[in-house]
Amino acid sequence: MLQIVLAVALSPLLPVVIQRVKALFAGRQGPPWLQGYFDLWKLLRKGGTYSRTTTWVFRAGPLVNFACLLVALLILPLGGLPAVVSFDGDWILLAYMLALGRFCMVVAALDTGSSFEGMGASREVQFAVFTEPALLLGLAALARETGMMSLSGMYGELALTGEVPFRILLSAGMFILYLAENCRIPVDDPATHLELTMIHEVMVLDHGAVDFGLIQWGGALKLWVVGALWSGLLPLGALRHPLALLLAGLGGLLGLAVLTGVVESVMARLRLLRMPQLLVGAGMMCALSLLLTFR
Amino acid sequence: MQDWMGNVLIALILTDLLLLGSSQLRNAIRLMAVQGFVLGLLPWLAHGKLTGAALLMGATSAVLKGGVFPALLRWASREIHVRREIEPLVGYIPSLLIGLGVLTGAFVAGARLTLPWASPSPLLIPTGLFTAWTGLFLIMARRKALTQVLGYIVLENGIFILGMVVVEAMPLLVELGVLLDVFAGVFVMGILVFHINREFSHIDVDQLDALREETL
Amino acid sequence: MALGAGGPLGVALVALALLAFSGLGAWLAGGRSERGSVWLGAGGAVAACGLGLLASVRALWVSGECLLSAPWRIPYGEFQVGLDPLSSFFLIPLFLLSGVVAVYSVGYFRPWPGRNPGRFWLFYNWLVACMGLVILARNGVLFLVAWEAMALASFFLVVYDWQEAEVGPAGWLYLVATHLGTAFLIALFVWLGRESGAQDFARYAAPAGMAGWVFLLGLIGFGTKAGLYPLHVWLPVAHPAAPSPVSAVMSGMMIKTGVYGIARLLVLLGDVPAWCAWLVLLTGAATGVLGILFALAQRDLKRMLAYSSVENVGIITLGLGLGLLGVATGAPRLAVLGFAGALLHVLNHAVFKGLLFLGAGAVLHATGLRNIEMLGGALKRMPWTGAAFLAGAAAICGLPPFNGFVGEFLIYAGAIRGIVGSGAGVVGGVVAVGSLALMGGLALACFTKAFGIVFLGEPRSGMAAMATEVGASMRYAMAALAGFCLLLGLALPLGLRWLEPVVGQLSGGAAAPPGRAEEVLIPMALFGLLALLPVVAGALAQVRRRLLAERVQRESATWDCGYAAPSASMQYTATGFVQPLTEAASGILRPRVESELPAGIYPAGGAFRSETPDAARQLFFDPLFRRAARRMGQLRWLQQGRVHWYVFYIVLALVALLAWAVWT
Repeated sequence: MLQIVLAVALSPLLPVVIQRVKALFAGRQGPPWLQGYFDLWKLLRKGGTYSRTTTWVFRAGPLVNFACLLVALLILPLGGLPAVVSFDGDWILLAYMLALGRFCMVVAALDTGSSFEGMGASREVQFAVFTEPALLLGLAALARETGMMSLSGMYGELALTGEVPFRILLSAGMFILYLAENCRIPVDDPATHLELTMIHEVMVLDHGAVDFGLIQWGGALKLWVVGALWSGLLPLGALRHPLALLLAGLGGLLGLAVLTGVVESVMARLRLLRMPQLLVGAGMMCALSLLLTFR
Repeated sequence: MQDWMGNVLIALILTDLLLLGSSQLRNAIRLMAVQGFVLGLLPWLAHGKLTGAALLMGATSAVLKGGVFPALLRWASREIHVRREIEPLVGYIPSLLIGLGVLTGAFVAGARLTLPWASPSPLLIPTGLFTAWTGLFLIMARRKALTQVLGYIVLENGIFILGMVVVEAMPLLVELGVLLDVFAGVFVMGILVFHINREFSHIDVDQLDALREETL
Repeated sequence: MALGAGGPLGVALVALALLAFSGLGAWLAGGRSERGSVWLGAGGAVAACGLGLLASVRALWVSGECLLSAPWRIPYGEFQVGLDPLSSFFLIPLFLLSGVVAVYSVGYFRPWPGRNPGRFWLFYNWLVACMGLVILARNGVLFLVAWEAMALASFFLVVYDWQEAEVGPAGWLYLVATHLGTAFLIALFVWLGRESGAQDFARYAAPAGMAGWVFLLGLIGFGTKAGLYPLHVWLPVAHPAAPSPVSAVMSGMMIKTGVYGIARLLVLLGDVPAWCAWLVLLTGAATGVLGILFALAQRDLKRMLAYSSVENVGIITLGLGLGLLGVATGAPRLAVLGFAGALLHVLNHAVFKGLLFLGAGAVLHATGLRNIEMLGGALKRMPWTGAAFLAGAAAICGLPPFNGFVGEFLIYAGAIRGIVGSGAGVVGGVVAVGSLALMGGLALACFTKAFGIVFLGEPRSGMAAMATEVGASMRYAMAALAGFCLLLGLALPLGLRWLEPVVGQLSGGAAAPPGRAEEVLIPMALFGLLALLPVVAGALAQVRRRLLAERVQRESATWDCGYAAPSASMQYTATGFVQPLTEAASGILRPRVESELPAGIYPAGGAFRSETPDAARQLFFDPLFRRAARRMGQLRWLQQGRVHWYVFYIVLALVALLAWAVWT
């Protein structure tokens, strides 16, 4: 249960970490550590402005997305630490919870009738077509490597066994997925919503107040959820104590955020036309790691 | 030792996949160089110990494929102003997907194939088959003559990897002979490419059919 | 009533008879009183479906097997009908969907006064009755007769609006396709019955060593009805042409009789070789991916739904393939999960595809439009239809907590068992996971497009702007199906014990599930999480309401970067929405694009047209039939047009037959 509380409470830190790393590279100071909470506090207390075109779908989208992520947290192990609930095939549910969240956000974006939001939504579903098979194949590879069928079992077992090349390949694939799912450079630029970078930020252009707060918080939670899938791949075989595992998991998430910040600082956003290639590449790595288990 | 061998072979598979997906000629040449260099480590790892023959084979391979050939190709590409493979006959994403399918097939075949010798690593046969196929595919599915030369070298890399299985049995001379063949081949093709370019001011090989005699 | 006397089978037969007679009655009454005709037709259908539903649920509950046979004059065996778990299971979606659609049809056919509604009810009720008879038949001849009657009834329903230009060719294509399929089925049954000389299912025997080839015949014959790629070509043409309630029943249930046929054949054959499992698995994967890809590229709402039916049949077939693979490789859990997933998807697809077609029908009814590009903003004008369509769209994408997820989850779970195991199941599992995930992503794109462009934003044409909510009977029908989507999604995990006998039948008893079925099939934790999701969302909604309660809420226009005169035509179009994907898949879709790009500094105008015809038809069937027509044309000289010539042919044939009979 502690993990869920931690995720909800600490996730707003992650985007700030990324921003501060980027600021460090750029020679700036960056936002204060608690900026994420300040933003949420402000947004949750504001009144809203809604477009006349919109319906209840627009208001429900961010909310259901957030609910999906909360439920997903229940089956999410954190760095070798088992989840609250675990059953065979729970990673299918996790993937479909993310898909439901995406469905709601896309539909909410289309509800505005704006061409900007339409463009973002169109790209979002396009990328999902590539990331979804990659994610599921990667997790299937994990299942085959460890012989377990639930997320907690898989990650718990991987900490003990798991060969190096497999780990490297899968974590490389998962890292690209992490960047794509969270709309980070080189897939999307979270800093702007202009022109060619229009994916996630432009989808939420018309949202405000509580809804936008839920979107921001949901975005941070998604960093946490997909990040935990990645940080569980780290070799943590020596650790036994739950507290050590928890700290290692948190450290993995933090390290991942730093890594993301570095990537965002040294890379430019890829051209949109190249994006399928990158995502297919991520799928390739996941598929390749699956092939490696056939030995 | 076997673990390292596995890592090297996986790196080779990765370079193959990247080759299938790269459109920049410069990147492709760089990848080929990396592949050639890594290849040089194989005889050593496959043996488990450093013998003179393995060292010679590895070093020759690494120098030729990791240094000389890439330099030649880079020079040729500069000379004839080819930067990237535009309009491949098979697109990059389809190439990658086909590659994945073939790789799966190679793994299945590698598991089924029974050899009179014990393979140093279970990954060796699939990697060799896949690398050889990548070379052939690059020759088949790319338009520019330079990429085809590249494919030719990759094909030879595949044969080299497959040769590792029989590293004990295969005389060093044979391998060196093959290497020499490739060297000569690359040289000839380089000259040819240069001349095609001068005559036709492009190196699209699929237009060479204009040269054939019209049959009646 | 007759539950005690004739058992569930008797009740089911009474329901079928009621359907047949009420249809006939509605037709006869149609000439005199429209109202009476509708009451008779719809009332009969609803009553019969309710009765049949009770009978089939009860039959599945007691899971016994009953057989009723009577001598008849037709050779090769007796008149036999029976009700076993497999039949009962397929009857449930049949009666459920048909009953709801009957209610819907009352409203749908209302606004054309002066037209005899009896014609619809006659064929509709007969179609339902024939589908029931197909599922109950235990004799090859009876099965084929029912099958043929079903095809004819549905043909007449497809050409219901025969005055419209596109309907005629669509009807003919359907008729030709279904008869080609039937030809394979006749060959199949003749082959099966050859050993025993009788057509009773119980006495069928597969020729030794040929079970695989027999199965292949059936797969082609039944696959034509089910819409397996590339035999699906009639589906995207016939479904849009038919009136929407008919499309709902055809897509939701009639194509499932093809699936039923395959399943029944599996039960009859008992054991098929492993290559059949692979064939089914790969056909399913290809059908699913290609089906949804083509759905993505469609602009016609109903054609898109028809292609999506192809996809869902692919998912069902994929599940069957996994199950067969499990039986062939001796992996009982894989078999159980694969078969159970396929069966559940049959039921689920009937509900949500029925719902989606009814929703499309409601939009068509209100606006007269099927072209997605002309629609928009329908959710505000038709809130009931919109909400129901949204539930259906989420369900068909397999999203929790709706019913589509449960069936897909079982197939996934089976695939995972395969992957973790060893042998052929690993590759089968990987194929299943990869293709299901790809289908999931594409379905998400396809149905966010359908719902987003049709129901959200601003209307893109005057017709769409004037839409109003449809009548009560249509609304209730859609609400009922949407409710079933949610209910089945939340309750199915509890009711999986009912599937056990059906799955046992399919896997030939070879794969009795170890342990309690609930544990094997769906973990209870999953059920809890699915139920938790609406609770969490509801709680969040409460919080949101509290937070916004004392705050100012304003209304304004959608943010448009300060553009002065936004218009509805500036919105994203359906084609534009999926363009990145259709572009990436253009090698498979082969769209025809004509564009006239704006040129110059002050461009005057431009045009863009794109169309995605069916590739299988363009590349395979059309050339094949053209060539066949040319060859056949060479035999034209036989057709003299004079009766004495034809009699001469008959005499020739008779003499030849006599000679053959005498000398061999």
